[in-house]
Amino acid sequence: MIVRILGEGQFDVPDADRATLDGLEDALNAAVEGHDDDAFASALAALIEAVRRAGTELPADSFTSSDLVVPFSDATLTETQALLEEPGGERT
Amino acid sequence: MGVMKRMSGILQAKTNKILDKAEDPRESLDLSYQKLLENLQKVRRSVADVTTAKKRIELQATQLQSQADKLQQQAKDALAQDREDLAREALARRAALAPQLAELQTQHQQVADQEQKLIVTAQNLQTQVDAFRTKKETMKATYTAAEAQTKIGEAVSGISESMGDAGMSVQRAQDKIDSMQARAGAMDELLASGALTDLTNPVDDIQAQLDQVSATSTVDNELAALKAEIGAGTPAQIGPAEGDTPKESGGAPA
Repeated sequence: MIVRILGEGQFDVPDADRATLDGLEDALNAAVEGHDDDAFASALAALIEAVRRAGTELPADSFTSSDLVVPFSDATLTETQALLEEPGGERT
Repeated sequence: MGVMKRMSGILQAKTNKILDKAEDPRESLDLSYQKLLENLQKVRRSVADVTTAKKRIELQATQLQSQADKLQQQAKDALAQDREDLAREALARRAALAPQLAELQTQHQQVADQEQKLIVTAQNLQTQVDAFRTKKETMKATYTAAEAQTKIGEAVSGISESMGDAGMSVQRAQDKIDSMQARAGAMDELLASGALTDLTNPVDDIQAQLDQVSATSTVDNELAALKAEIGAGTPAQIGPAEGDTPKESGGAPA
């Protein structure tokens, strides 16, 4: 699957690593729901590190859409919550 | 739905707006290319804006630092002239500058990070522009086949996605600069008003008092020298006038 880290680029992450990413994303989701700034920062850092480690960075001219998108590496909780309210970010 | 999927939806919603404009897939290739070029210009302008903001912060930090250095020197001068009250005042003012300097350093770091990110974004977009220029022509030539049509769709949404990403990066940098602008303006006013002991004001109050002390002691020294000259002729008068001796030994550790 293709994962984009905003402001950084796209990574091709093997499907075998999906479970790992899911687990890390759960922590991120919980931090967003629980409005916990510190938990958000550490969950985001862990998720980004996992994507970079497990994935292979795509060259800038690969022109591929991503399956998943990770917030900016230095994104704050407030900023991310505001972004998630934008069109397309509905929870459904 | 998790954050990553929702973020993907947001990016998708932003990029669909670009795609909706083109009906013919071939048209969408040219439109995407045109948008990509515009995007690159936008990111470059944003890099310039961020660099300007960074320079402004650097200038303010330099001004604040030299004021802090000046106050430090004044504290030393004051102590040398036995004016501990003035030295204390100078050090207190210097301490008051520290949080402002720390704040500027934090801002500088943030702006430098944004600048670095945008430079990378610009480089990536430039690579995409170069690659897409030839790729779109190849795709147009093979458009008749159904599979090519799918590939065009893929390439266009891929490129739109990275433009969406770049657009968000630019917006983010702009927001950061805007939020710093008001504080930077306030700092400029503070620096200009001399409220932080502006260097452009050559004689501030601490300096004025130090100069006063120094002028007084010069007069005292000259007086003493004159007395010594006169006294050389009449040695008997010097003995009782030596009232300063205990003070001198008391101030010796300085």
